[in-house]
Amino acid sequence: MTASSAPLAPALTLRQKARRRRETLTAYTFLLPYLFIFLVFTVFSIGYAFYLSFTRYNLLSPPQWWGLEGYRRVLCVESWFPRPEGAPRPTCDDLFIRKALPNTFKYTAIVVPVQTIISLVLAFAMDQKIRFRRLFRTIFYLPSVTSSVVISLIFVWLFSPIGVINQIFRLNINWLNDPRYAFYTIMMVNIFTTSGTLMLIFLAGLQDIPTALYEAAAIDGANKFQIFRYITIPMLRPVIFFVVTVGIIGCFQVFDQIYVMTAGGPLDSTTTIAYLIYKWAFRDTTVKMGQASAAAFILALIIFIVTLLQRRIIEGSGTVSQ
Amino acid sequence: MTTLTQAQPRPLSISDRLILWYDRLKTPLFYLILILWSIICLAPLYFTLVFSLKPVANAYDPPLFWPIPFTLDNFRDVIGALPLFPRWLLNSLIVSLAVTILRVLFCAMGGYAFARMDFPLKGFLFNAMLVSMMIPGQVTLIPAFLVVGPGIIRGGLKIGDITLPTGFGLIDNLGGVILPGIATAFGIFMMTQFYKSLPRELEEAAMMDGLGRWGIFFRIVLPLSQTQLLTLALLTFQGEWNAFMWPLVILRTPENFTLPLGLNWFRGEYYTLISKVLAGSLFNTLPILILFFLFQRYFVQSIAGTGLKEG
Repeated sequence: MTASSAPLAPALTLRQKARRRRETLTAYTFLLPYLFIFLVFTVFSIGYAFYLSFTRYNLLSPPQWWGLEGYRRVLCVESWFPRPEGAPRPTCDDLFIRKALPNTFKYTAIVVPVQTIISLVLAFAMDQKIRFRRLFRTIFYLPSVTSSVVISLIFVWLFSPIGVINQIFRLNINWLNDPRYAFYTIMMVNIFTTSGTLMLIFLAGLQDIPTALYEAAAIDGANKFQIFRYITIPMLRPVIFFVVTVGIIGCFQVFDQIYVMTAGGPLDSTTTIAYLIYKWAFRDTTVKMGQASAAAFILALIIFIVTLLQRRIIEGSGTVSQ
Repeated sequence: MTTLTQAQPRPLSISDRLILWYDRLKTPLFYLILILWSIICLAPLYFTLVFSLKPVANAYDPPLFWPIPFTLDNFRDVIGALPLFPRWLLNSLIVSLAVTILRVLFCAMGGYAFARMDFPLKGFLFNAMLVSMMIPGQVTLIPAFLVVGPGIIRGGLKIGDITLPTGFGLIDNLGGVILPGIATAFGIFMMTQFYKSLPRELEEAAMMDGLGRWGIFFRIVLPLSQTQLLTLALLTFQGEWNAFMWPLVILRTPENFTLPLGLNWFRGEYYTLISKVLAGSLFNTLPILILFFLFQRYFVQSIAGTGLKEG
């Protein structure tokens, strides 16, 4: 910036040059701690992870160049390949395509809409003339300030076969050990923890809508539903976009709850991409850091595409209503 | 004429009737919704409290709503008899406080540089920082682990006779948990935005008086940004106190665990002693709850602010 404007500016005196040099030095000193973190844990780490994703690396011997083999193993299923005569089938890690990918999408597709609707309804109720609003707000935010591990530990106990939930509702469900229920139990936990935070974001958005808009609509004879449909929802669209984006990103990376509650089981029914990356890189008996890196880049790409698509959809619905 | 039409109102349309019902029912309906969700939010914590006050043998026994038989053994054990619990509490405190103090300071410094100073590559660095916030943590998890722990190259980088370490060797060390958290893009961004909104007059006056950048920053800017620093500190402390994945990757022996890690480990080792885990869980929750009650305004503003500034 300074370089391009230099020819136009009058020639700098030595003193000004010295001062500018000192300013640069001071600025970089101020930034030094962050620059260190940024260079080591962001720039270098992304670059090295990208390199690792093309290697085979079990931590015992140095990374071995592997080309796209890691990506191929992540993205294929063994049964796709007909068994050639005598020759072995190419190796695939079926878990990603058969379990982690569909599970992650299923998880996001259920949790994001449910938590968005619950938090919107709660925020809408809170936006009325309600007594004890501060108390409600505090209570709703409690699950969000509690550690996800603690919440998960408590829910493992609450949802155990002889636990409080089964006793209160006189059920006999093995919530976390039955592949039919385990994933939904984890979804419930996540909806329970995040709805409070999202409610606060929605509430701030609702309170930010100018009352003049509501008054103008009321004078024009719009009824309550029309006001909600044509004023509240369009005015809230940026906030909805934000809440859905945050929700999607959070859901695609869900880890703590799964690690604590089921460790991916039973029968891999709760294995998600983020959990699988951890499992491959740190938990398996022979760690697969290269393959885990490949999966991490695939996850980043998926999050990127889904966020873009979702932005399209929410903005698209905006043009339709106008 | 007019009185006649008023006396005979036109029949109500369906939507009119819906609105009539809505007006009549909305207040009780909204209270019902709010109270229901409050029960859902409070119930897990309530049951945790009740059963942490019951003996280990009764961890699954009714009555569900009242601690009968009553005992304080679990809390006594968590504080005293099981030496690991206080250790985990201390470790959590060390990590959370260290990260909070360092991050608040370094993010304020970085944010101030971006907001007030002119230096080459400023725009590029700021944009690169914003982009980096969109990269999911899973991507950098493995290299970060290698850098903090065993090193990129096992045995170090050999140049001639010299061997340079390529990692910090902080596996199973609280320092390794702290290190990558000392400054974050989000924190820098938040402080930059704040300092941009701060009027320059005071700083300029101080500069006239011959105060240097460091003097201005520590004596004028930092005191002016107390609210913002406190908000960042609270968010950071909460995040670090509850953090799980990164400590899980770095810490190996139970003595070095943080509280969330320790609780999970304890549950795995002594699954019959779940009541102790419940009592320990309350210890993990309590400090954050106290902070939340004391500084509720800051928490709420920071959360609400993230949504508002978007779009």
